[in-house]
Amino acid sequence: MSAHPSGKPGLPSAGLFSFGWIPVWRRNFLVWRKLAFPSLLGNLADPLIYMLGLGYGLGRMLPRISGVDYMQFLIAGMIVASAMNAATFESLYSAFSRMRTQKTWDAILVTPLSLDDVLAGELFWAASKSFLSGFSILLVISALGLSSLPLALWVLPIIFLTGFAFAAIGLVVCALAPSYDFFMYYFTLFITPMLMISGIFFPVENLPHSIYLVASWLPLSHAVRLVRPLLLGECPQDIVLHVAVLLGVTIVAFRVAVFLTRRRLLN
Amino acid sequence: MASLNSALEISGLRKSYGGRSVISGIGFSVPVGACFGILGPNGAGKTTTLRCCLGLTPPDEGKILLGGHSIPDDACAARARVGVVPQFDNLDPDFTVNENLLVYSRYFGLKKPEMRRRIPGLLDFAGLTDKENARVEALSGGMKRRLTLARALVNDPDILFLDEPTTGLDPQARHLIWDRLKQLVAQGKTLILTTHFMEEAERLCERLIVLDHGQIVAEGNPHELIASQIEPNVIEIFGENAVAWAKARRALCQRLEIAGETAYFYCNDTTLVCEALDKERALHSLHRAANLEDVFIKLTGRELRD
Repeated sequence: MSAHPSGKPGLPSAGLFSFGWIPVWRRNFLVWRKLAFPSLLGNLADPLIYMLGLGYGLGRMLPRISGVDYMQFLIAGMIVASAMNAATFESLYSAFSRMRTQKTWDAILVTPLSLDDVLAGELFWAASKSFLSGFSILLVISALGLSSLPLALWVLPIIFLTGFAFAAIGLVVCALAPSYDFFMYYFTLFITPMLMISGIFFPVENLPHSIYLVASWLPLSHAVRLVRPLLLGECPQDIVLHVAVLLGVTIVAFRVAVFLTRRRLLN
Repeated sequence: MASLNSALEISGLRKSYGGRSVISGIGFSVPVGACFGILGPNGAGKTTTLRCCLGLTPPDEGKILLGGHSIPDDACAARARVGVVPQFDNLDPDFTVNENLLVYSRYFGLKKPEMRRRIPGLLDFAGLTDKENARVEALSGGMKRRLTLARALVNDPDILFLDEPTTGLDPQARHLIWDRLKQLVAQGKTLILTTHFMEEAERLCERLIVLDHGQIVAEGNPHELIASQIEPNVIEIFGENAVAWAKARRALCQRLEIAGETAYFYCNDTTLVCEALDKERALHSLHRAANLEDVFIKLTGRELRD
């Protein structure tokens, strides 16, 4: 038995760097197309309600934050948070359904595609959902005159990258989950605290230094620090660092997800 | 490409999980164009054997050649020429019949125009022509099974694996599947099926192996196995005191088995048992030819496997 370049000896692998993910992505896309309206509504309406509600409601009571209206401040946070949510839900609940409940992955694994292809397809798909979500919010806020085009268009690739990072982490959690209930830990222990300390709703510079330090390690903070200036018509600082963190998280988490899912399904 | 006469060749296959041996050194070969059965009680290692053959589980030891490809190293290439009907349906519930076939064909890299040409034939084969646009959820169990079979044929495979293809189907649906499987063999495809319906194996398989505790306990043609492994006649006796009555007359035949309230006389010649039975009014009896199920039970025992 010869060792394979990536992963367990003898098991065929392809993954991120082949095109095997495309038919998996297209399968998920076809399902989404059938339910596109409620899905888009969920991706769009929820963050918009928060944004308008908090932005106008809370914003009227607040002074200007970091030199801008609270609404202007909040938009970037909501776009990034909804991108994270879209990728997270897709790579937890939907991917888990396809792995466990519907056995969709089992059906694909007996074709020439490998498990790496399946996971890469899920990764690309979950990131695509983030993109869709971010894109539709950007459309609405541009129509409301709340973003500064054309610099704001750079938000789109950042949203995509943010989707990749959280999809990859989500696939790790999916690989470990014994049941749907397990995802609650992930939300309560990771996603929700991260939302609070990553500069989504308020600036993190005023937080205690230790929390600020923790936050600076979280992928969500890096996404916010790229998106916020872009929406305000400024060039972000430390672009390379922020992009590198999001890319790094994607690659490392995806490798871990592949390892864990192989151990789970191909043993 | 090697071994052009064998669709599947396995030797010295071993697999254990957490120190528990599931397959303990099995080997067999499936000739091209044959219908080959893998029989065995629950937990005998049938499904693990199939998973090894498809490259879904790396074996601890052993060699597998599937369609001339070494498994698991070359499994993706091998699977391009293989179709699989899994034990439990895993069709896409969100799709129509047509979409299920189309989406599945993409996993093989097949193009839409080609599939548009081929899908009507597949639907016809599965008896689903008028269900083309029906959602999978609206199909009966038998129809889902037939769609799964059609889906396994999208790549026009040389070799078809079927894991308990008729479990849970009513007799009509089962007979229809059997008929289709015979057609596939007639087309020259190789079928490898696991089952614990002995009738299914007897009807379909030219050759079979019986697995128990991860080992092959018998191998051959079903009719030859019946002839070589077991007495040709069976008299089943039940009714009041049947077991005690039978135990007292053990000497009247080659072999006596007791299961619950029923006694089974396995005989080369039934005359003596029949004469003895003629005098008994309270006993009921059934006289029949020995079948594959008798062989199976003789080899694997009567106790339950869960």
